[in-house]
Amino acid sequence: MEQAYFHSVTLDKDKCKGCTNCIKHCPTEAIRVRSNKAVIIRERCIDCGECIRVCPYHAKKAVTDSPDILKGYKYKIALPAPSLYGQFGPPYSRERIISALLQMGFDYVFEVARAAEIVTQASEIFLQSDDIKTPVISSACPAVVRLIQVRFPNLIDNLLKIESPMEVAAALAKQEVHEKYGIPYEDMGAFFLSPCAAKVTSVKAPYENKKSRVDGVLAIKDIYLPLLELMKKQKGGVPEPFSLSSAIGVAWAGTGGESDALDRGRRIAVHGIKNINDILEQAVQESLDNIDFIEALACPEGCLGGPLTVENPFIAKVNLKNEIEKIKKSDAHKIKKIESVDEFIWKSTVEYRPIMKLDDDMMKALEKMQMIDELTEGLPGLDCGACGAPSCRALAEDIVRENARETDCIFKLREKVSDIANQLHQID
Amino acid sequence: MNNVIVRDYDIPANDFTAAGEASSSVRKILVQLGVSPYVVKRTSIAMYEAEINAVIHGHGGKAHVEIDGSKVYIRISDEGPGIPDLELAMQEGYSTAPDSIREMGFGAGMGLSNIKKHSDIMKIDTEVNKGTTVHITVFFNAI
Ligand SMILES: Nc1ncnc2c1ncn2[C@@H]1O[C@H](COP(=O)(O)OP(=O)(O)O)[C@@H](O)[C@H]1O
Ligand code: SF4
Ligand SMILES: [Mg+2]
Repeated sequence: MEQAYFHSVTLDKDKCKGCTNCIKHCPTEAIRVRSNKAVIIRERCIDCGECIRVCPYHAKKAVTDSPDILKGYKYKIALPAPSLYGQFGPPYSRERIISALLQMGFDYVFEVARAAEIVTQASEIFLQSDDIKTPVISSACPAVVRLIQVRFPNLIDNLLKIESPMEVAAALAKQEVHEKYGIPYEDMGAFFLSPCAAKVTSVKAPYENKKSRVDGVLAIKDIYLPLLELMKKQKGGVPEPFSLSSAIGVAWAGTGGESDALDRGRRIAVHGIKNINDILEQAVQESLDNIDFIEALACPEGCLGGPLTVENPFIAKVNLKNEIEKIKKSDAHKIKKIESVDEFIWKSTVEYRPIMKLDDDMMKALEKMQMIDELTEGLPGLDCGACGAPSCRALAEDIVRENARETDCIFKLREKVSDIANQLHQID
Repeated sequence: MNNVIVRDYDIPANDFTAAGEASSSVRKILVQLGVSPYVVKRTSIAMYEAEINAVIHGHGGKAHVEIDGSKVYIRISDEGPGIPDLELAMQEGYSTAPDSIREMGFGAGMGLSNIKKHSDIMKIDTEVNKGTTVHITVFFNAI
């Protein structure tokens, strides 16, 4: 299964200085520095983008599709993430942004915010069923779903088993275009305009083992300047190009958007991968009191802080807020009501990926754990990262997994060198 | 069967933020050993409840954990007030937690019954004014 380990987050070797910033921040301990360059352990990476954010040398990047991909399709549909609207200041309204997308060469724009509204409705219906496990955990952020897959298998059943707004948008957009203009499906390409590296991975290697309906993912930061140029040239009143979403869907870009829109239960909105880790830890112990729903977005300030955005997340937040206020006042946009949730429910479930496991044979795993304990005991306990592992214990683990040596620890190396020096001295 | 992983933790008194750390740490070990998610979950819940009881009722204490190829054994002991009527304490909903603790979301009186439900063997040694020790065993091959 090659594709299972496709990742958007990758390393630019030339820029990497081999420092310890990324290894220390990775929530799944998926990065090591080996021979002075960072290495991402593919099966552990959840594409949260944390390393992209912390790398001072910009050596971590997210692979997305090049805008050239559009050329391969006769009819091009843009699926802008709602976070796109937060990237531009007051003069650049959502209507102008969407018009600019059309000017850019897209034939149709279907806001992911519209799909988010549908997901909200579907979630409300889903939350009413009897056989759900609480707290229900949102599955909108793929980095969170992947974190649960590798570290919190017990919470897989708590995931909201509803397709993400991006997937729903792609499906509905194609259907709408087909019904309106009779365009054959094979001529259409749907392109997500993304704040997010994890979504790229979701499209290229979906965790539900099925093909995504999204045909390509463009980074918001790659289309930001061309859009701005086009908007600057726009003249006069910009017509409202297509049916637009209401405030509910647009608010999904930031933290609290998804959970506030749900009209039931006690809900919390958690953002930042470390905070999410802590909350999930409590959820496993069943020590979260009376929480019915957890909105969890890996990035600080939610998708507005996504690694492929341009604007500072706090500024993006105020931009988005202004847009939301405007929409609320205009009240022109009606939410399309859905009758049934069936078509939006996951057809298969995500699987536990026991990548933290030391060995398939439990007796061997126990032996390895003991070796790790002993090795850790012998290491200085400084967690300095100079060995290339995030902590002394992680180095011990790497040694037992045969991916590192004890002398990768500079203190151990020093001991060994002085031992050898002493021995030489005795020979003399 | 000499492959036993041993861990000892301090459970500080009145520290609600640290409560649960020992159980989180054991959870990570079990995941690394490849123990089934079901067993991991039972262990996490049972251990957490015993840990929090030691914090709330027992003035803090100690956790001792032994893991071998077939089971995890957890012993949580404190030198607190002890439990005068164990049968009563085991009843669902029974709690002597003061209001201040309840306001923090603890003290629903479900802890001991939850430990029983999520473990295969549970034994409590307790003596008034001496302290309480809760022994919890969860087998890996339980269904
Ligand atoms: N370690 C302990 N030391 C003293 N008393 C305890 C201890 N553990 C439990 N108890 C007593 O048993 C009661 C029931 O415990 P439990 O079922 O965990 O409910 P809760 O902790 O919510 O009160 C407690 O209220 C307390 O009176
Ligand atoms: S918070 Fe949003 S942008 Fe960040 S990883 Fe999750 S889905 Fe992607
Ligand atoms: Mg209790």
